[in-house]
Amino acid sequence: MFHLSADEIEAVRLSLRVAFWAMLWSLPFGLAAALVLARARFWGKSLLDGAIHLPLVMPPVVTGYILLLLFGRNGPLGRFFEDDLGIVFAFRWTGAALAAAVTAFPLMVRAMRLSLEAVDRRLEEAAGTLGARRVFVFLLVTLPLMMPGIIAGMVLSFARSLGEFGATITFVSNIPGETQTLPLAIYTLTQTPGGDPAALRLTAVAVVLSMLALLASEMLARQIGRRLAGD
Amino acid sequence: MLEVDIEHLLGAFALDIHFVSGTGLTALFGRSGAGKTSVVNAIAGLIRPERGRICVDGAVLLDSERGIFVPAHRRRIGYVFQEGRLFPHLTVRQNLLFGRWFAPRSEMAAGFDDVVDLLGIGSLLARRPARLSGGEKQRVAIGRALLANPRLLLMDEPLASLDAARKDEILPYLERLRDRASVPIVYVSHAAAEVARLATTIVLIAEGSVRAVGPVAEVMGQAGLYPLAGGFEAGAVLTVSVASHDARWGLTELAGSFGHLIVPRLDLAIGSPLRVRIRARDVILALARPAEISALNVLAGQIEALAPIADGALEVQLRLGSERLLARVTRRSGQALGLQPGRHVFAVIKTVAIDRRSLGRDGESADFDQEIEVFDG
Repeated sequence: MFHLSADEIEAVRLSLRVAFWAMLWSLPFGLAAALVLARARFWGKSLLDGAIHLPLVMPPVVTGYILLLLFGRNGPLGRFFEDDLGIVFAFRWTGAALAAAVTAFPLMVRAMRLSLEAVDRRLEEAAGTLGARRVFVFLLVTLPLMMPGIIAGMVLSFARSLGEFGATITFVSNIPGETQTLPLAIYTLTQTPGGDPAALRLTAVAVVLSMLALLASEMLARQIGRRLAGD
Repeated sequence: MLEVDIEHLLGAFALDIHFVSGTGLTALFGRSGAGKTSVVNAIAGLIRPERGRICVDGAVLLDSERGIFVPAHRRRIGYVFQEGRLFPHLTVRQNLLFGRWFAPRSEMAAGFDDVVDLLGIGSLLARRPARLSGGEKQRVAIGRALLANPRLLLMDEPLASLDAARKDEILPYLERLRDRASVPIVYVSHAAAEVARLATTIVLIAEGSVRAVGPVAEVMGQAGLYPLAGGFEAGAVLTVSVASHDARWGLTELAGSFGHLIVPRLDLAIGSPLRVRIRARDVILALARPAEISALNVLAGQIEALAPIADGALEVQLRLGSERLLARVTRRSGQALGLQPGRHVFAVIKTVAIDRRSLGRDGESADFDQEIEVFDG
């Protein structure tokens, strides 16, 4: 009964790949953004805050269209990436990953920023009196203490990326095997006569994947919590 | 040697602190909000005073005129905070070794096992801070600071958040640290009894400036400091040693430059050095040697100074041998007895007024690991 066709498996695998790379690449940028927003003080900070959160409130189609203008074959950034770094986004799975990363970015930053703000700065001060430079204070004290937030941010980013639809279809279109991720495949199947059973199968897969991501993050968070509680 | 000379604006008042201190434990003593914590924060490099100079063993840590400000992580000043501030994600062992990663390798003075042994934390090494009691946390925090191999150890009211029983648990460790470790200690406290027991030198701070500096016995025995430091229980500190035990009556005789002092039985070897705190309100003054009274201690002395304090009371500073003693009497009694500087008087001290909290170790002795125990029965 529950048998996925080769195309369906391809869509699932592509989705996982897109979501994984979207999460991984946004990790350093998300961490940097969280640090800047939580710790730095400068003119125009609320503007930066707004820009980072924009994909959360803008229609995803608008995000996708802006990405198309900037990272398309003829976009200024698209040309730079292609000529200087050899990376092409337009109509490739890499573009789908970029769209997913951008739309999921605010969620990741938010989770990390909250956990960073919860870190007791007096512990960092104590690490300083023990001879640790700022970079070591960050690596040995701040980073481990904000780990629950980093994990939460990664899971949120991964789950949001799995579900990305509007920005992806606008930016890199709906090409089977290249940019047709799970949501796009489901959408296509619902538009095709007789596609309902397949759409249902993929829907079940999406539910299971999202659930697994949540459970995994819950388990990790509990493990860290238990460690801090002294076990 | 520590030299502090700083000026800093602190909200409501100006901090203006000058003092020099040597080895042993220097207590920054004064009421809450007097600016004591700001002084240790300046020494640690956690705040940057507007003007001044701080020097530890010849190393300049701050010199505003020459534009020198060594950042906290390069000062090698250990800091034991009031709330411990242990790293919750690390085990006790990892907490203890944290500073080791950054300390200069050539100058590893304090050995890990020695410090663990000194503080009695060997059984806690595998635990995380959340599973430690308040007293254990503070001992680990002290060990962590010591193992970073500091030039100077700062302690900001390390006992303030602990109950009386936990305080009694830690005080012997602090005495050991003072007498055994070669690191000078700067200890912030507003508790007179604690300071009397631990300090080598006292720096009395009130409203942002230094009001008195000197050896503990001299400053604690000075009349009229009580209003300055605010609300503390005034009392002098006498340096003595155990002279003999009286098993029949459960008493111990202590010898000092002033003569002998009889206290409840102490389980300590003859010759053990001690310091005894005598609260000013436990001392009665008499013009003639009183006869047929229950108090066992009658010491002859001479009045050095008088200071009227609040509530119609008078603080009388006496010279007993090479020591100072403080008595608190009513102004009416002062008038009636004609108390004035130069006058010879007798100080009467009840043996039972001296309890375990009044006694502290003074310097290293052979039976160091023995606890001071007063037998009531």
